[in-house]
Amino acid sequence: MNRSRFDFAVGLFVAIGLLAMAFMALKVGNLAGFDSGSGYAIEARFDNIGGLKVRAPVKSAGVVVGRVESIGLDAETYEARVLLRIYPNYRFSKDTIASILTSGLLGEQYVGLESGGDPVYLGAGDRLGKTQSAMILEKLISQFLFSKAAETPAKAP
Amino acid sequence: MSAYFIRLISTLGHLVTSRIDRLGLVARFAGLLLVSLRIALGRLSLIFREVYFSGVRSLSIVAVSGLFVGMVLAVQGYEVLQRYGSAESLGVIVALSLVRELGPVVTALLFAGRASSAVTAEIGLMRATEQLAAMDMMAVDPISRVVAPRFLAAVFSMPFLAAIFSTAGVIGAWIIGVKLIGIDDGAFWSQMQANVDVRIDVLNGLVKSIVFGTSVGLISVFEGYFAAPTAEGIATATTRTVVISSLSVLLLDLLLTVMMFRGLS
Repeated sequence: MNRSRFDFAVGLFVAIGLLAMAFMALKVGNLAGFDSGSGYAIEARFDNIGGLKVRAPVKSAGVVVGRVESIGLDAETYEARVLLRIYPNYRFSKDTIASILTSGLLGEQYVGLESGGDPVYLGAGDRLGKTQSAMILEKLISQFLFSKAAETPAKAP
Repeated sequence: MSAYFIRLISTLGHLVTSRIDRLGLVARFAGLLLVSLRIALGRLSLIFREVYFSGVRSLSIVAVSGLFVGMVLAVQGYEVLQRYGSAESLGVIVALSLVRELGPVVTALLFAGRASSAVTAEIGLMRATEQLAAMDMMAVDPISRVVAPRFLAAVFSMPFLAAIFSTAGVIGAWIIGVKLIGIDDGAFWSQMQANVDVRIDVLNGLVKSIVFGTSVGLISVFEGYFAAPTAEGIATATTRTVVISSLSVLLLDLLLTVMMFRGLS
């Protein structure tokens, strides 16, 4: 076997390998949706973020409009500080409400944005004024039990 | 009694020192190999020849194994997932297990059996028939002429082979899951794309395969180069290559997985 046959076979091999890598990046991993560098970051503060994770989707009306970039705790107010990176082609008004929601009963948690009517748009580094924390099942149950316990003696007499 | 005791202790001592000795030999050999890489990289045609024998000839076994592994994962994954009513997540499970673990690991194990054993036998026979000594006599450095191209071919081929394995596996899972079982085509791909991260999953998988290629390649050329120049010596060296490569791949995989994926979620 002479050299050109080797070259051809190796070239074919590398081409198939690169094709497989492209398949993994585009078809399996969806490289197109991964652009954390672009867009602008806005900050939202929550009392409790529940099980929200970095890179969780940010959705508005069910459409993914960004990703959670980082999560931290404010050392003074003890609020969770969540940085949201919004894709550059979406704009939201100043009075947008951010809430932490769950997709399905057991699904992943995401940040839902609901735009308000303010004509001024949010820019890079702005902070969202109105937020709604994650629903914590234990708190809900204890609230329910307390309210049940409060109303039982009233009925007794 | 005391003579027996002394022999027992010195056997233990020899066991330890010979292992350390061997490890030092590997390190020195790797250093020598590293130095000669510059010369070897200047002769690409030699490397391509070895890529052909190690990489290209392993293509069919890797692709077919990937297809079957993907199909089996789909059948087993579906069996469990449908109990929880989330059969659509099949794509995610199959893609993540292939891209993160099975792709690099199984490819490296197949490569160790299919290509590295042959490399060890080849270099071992060159040693036994004194071809390496003859090269030395002609002032041709056998490490940069024989050893380095074979090592580089393993490092170069492995990421491509792993990518082909994973791709074949995903296609196999798609055939079983979507075409035969009847999972929704759109859900299969969209769930996969939403949950497989290019940097964390795909890129780390490729990094793994490069590390495995380095380790398997180094072991195969080392065992061949230092094989005892007898028929039995070559047989032992070939066996050692497959055994040590497989074990080192699995151990390295554990270490890399802990480094890459621990504390992600």
